[in-house]
Amino acid sequence: MVRMRMNQAVAAALGDEMREDPDVVVFGEDVAVAGGPFKTSDGLLEEFGPSRVRDTPISEMGFLGMAVGAAASGLRPVAEIMFIEFLGVALDMVVTEAGKFHFLSRGAFTCPMTVRASIGAGLGFGCQHSQTMENWMSHAPGLKMVMLSGPQSAYGLLRSAIRDPNPVVVLEPRALYGGRGQVTTGADGIIPLGEARRVREGDDVTVVSAGAMVKVALAAAEASQDWSAEVIDLQTLIPWDRDGVVSAVRRTGRLVIVEESPYTSGWGTEIAAYVGARLFGELRAPVLRITCPDVPVPFGRELEQRYMPNPGYVTDQIDQLLVTGRAPDPWWVGEGRSA
Amino acid sequence: MGDADRMERRRAVAADRVARYERMVEIRAFEDRVQGLFAEGRVHGTTHTAQGQEAVAVGIAAAARPTDLVTCTYRGHGIGLALGMTPEVILGEIMGREIGCVGGIAGSMHLCDRELGLLPTFAIIGAGIPVAAGAALTAQVRGTDDAAIGVFGDGAANIGAFHEGLNLAAIWNLPVVFICENNQYGEYSRIDLTTPIEDLADRAASYGIPGIIVDGQDPDQTVEAVSAALDVARSGGGPTLLEMKTYRYAGHSRADKAEYRPEGEFERWYERDPINTFRARLESEGLLAAGDADGIDERVAARLKAAIEVVEASPPATVDAMFGNIYAPV
Repeated sequence: MVRMRMNQAVAAALGDEMREDPDVVVFGEDVAVAGGPFKTSDGLLEEFGPSRVRDTPISEMGFLGMAVGAAASGLRPVAEIMFIEFLGVALDMVVTEAGKFHFLSRGAFTCPMTVRASIGAGLGFGCQHSQTMENWMSHAPGLKMVMLSGPQSAYGLLRSAIRDPNPVVVLEPRALYGGRGQVTTGADGIIPLGEARRVREGDDVTVVSAGAMVKVALAAAEASQDWSAEVIDLQTLIPWDRDGVVSAVRRTGRLVIVEESPYTSGWGTEIAAYVGARLFGELRAPVLRITCPDVPVPFGRELEQRYMPNPGYVTDQIDQLLVTGRAPDPWWVGEGRSA
Repeated sequence: MGDADRMERRRAVAADRVARYERMVEIRAFEDRVQGLFAEGRVHGTTHTAQGQEAVAVGIAAAARPTDLVTCTYRGHGIGLALGMTPEVILGEIMGREIGCVGGIAGSMHLCDRELGLLPTFAIIGAGIPVAAGAALTAQVRGTDDAAIGVFGDGAANIGAFHEGLNLAAIWNLPVVFICENNQYGEYSRIDLTTPIEDLADRAASYGIPGIIVDGQDPDQTVEAVSAALDVARSGGGPTLLEMKTYRYAGHSRADKAEYRPEGEFERWYERDPINTFRARLESEGLLAAGDADGIDERVAARLKAAIEVVEASPPATVDAMFGNIYAPV
């Protein structure tokens, strides 16, 4: 076990994969000489050289397209998108090209590329550099997608993403890059895709979260004396762990989902619908989704903090669910806004 | 129809000019027949045919190795046939049958043949340009002497992927040949309405790479130009942009009668029809004797007739094909 920050865990996973597999290459804006704007590729250029670690122009459509071609012809490219919003100019390459190559070749070609992108609010970057955008891609057959929640998650999920024969989008909450934790490196530290992880045991309610919201859900659960919450880190958003989540909710009888993204059409709606359809008669309360409002991410510090679910708010929402047996309105209804 | 047939078809085009002529005749007849099948209501969906552009297709196929990956557009039947794919697997795909090259789940715009070097063809304008650069990156990183070929139309020269792909290939000196089939029309719009310069080859200058205009109606010139650019790429000389001046005889897609074309334009281009001029040249060189061309026409027609029977006897695309290849197994 090594204590490291999440950005160092990302670099460690990249380095270990590059050491084991000469076909792994890394490129993106400022990833080589500068070591990445968030230092997630620090030291890779020095160790692996300019053929395998490359700075690109500001050219997302170009270098993600290159990742598709490189992956289809045998490399395992890892391309970095500095802020997830920059994927907007290149979404075709991920959703419509990479995600379809296996299908369109009757399995003859695979596209083992990894797209890493920093996501999320909380650092005062304004509404064009603070979204999470996972829901752009949760509706696109052919892709896999994971969301990191800390250093071990970063190391383990990224290694699996690079090894996977399919295109995998790795979403990295920017606010977590500086957070430290113990990391098991090497083969034992690898986390398989498609499996959720229980990060806290509890009996009264199952809280499913992902990314930066895992920490929020944990803190909310720790704060309550009145009920005990099981907290699940979904880890892989596509394909998500249906069996793991259903069996967890079957045991507690209550499901709360915490998402750092707008309310409408979030991935939590899919989980709510799936679990609701299967456990209708067994649920002891309605499924509760705790999300951001349907607004662009605001800049002002207090507003930005209020925009995202925080531990106090999550505790309060779960309190109300357990006391009343009904799903409480989100905070913005109290401000006269529609749900 | 098997693998041997496909590779043999490729070898023939690479080795022999008369075989190239025959393939051009096959492409023309195939595309004419595809339009006929649509008109007769025997196929659903859409299709984009490439009559008039046959010399570009055989030029690429004759110059490239099967290990040189090619990205191609949705107007890809001709290039697929030129590379060695059979009429059966392409028509099968167009008609949504199990015998199709992708099992009938992809359609006319999406052909693919890994052994022949054809990546899944692109129905998004320009997308194949950076993807070809990516295939070239693999050759460069691994140190092989393979190259990649990115084929696109004149319409793609105005989309970001063109500029980003050429720029990346240039700064990294990648072994890739970009081939613009300038057939004078981007979908329904004549090139001078969408593009402020006459020669797209000029755009290569922005990226510091050679931009070469090629007579896309002359298969001898297309083969020579692609071969030379591939030699440059393989020997570390970096990318080249080839602008093949050609002409699309049909409309953009099935529904387009191309009534926007100025009067006399088609006739002017048809005077330099690539098949007619190549036949005359081969005859004058003594490579085609009297009656040989008629024999080729008959052979091609017979193969196509048989191919249609084979395809129509093939079962429709299966549910297994639809679900079978969404994710590669871990």
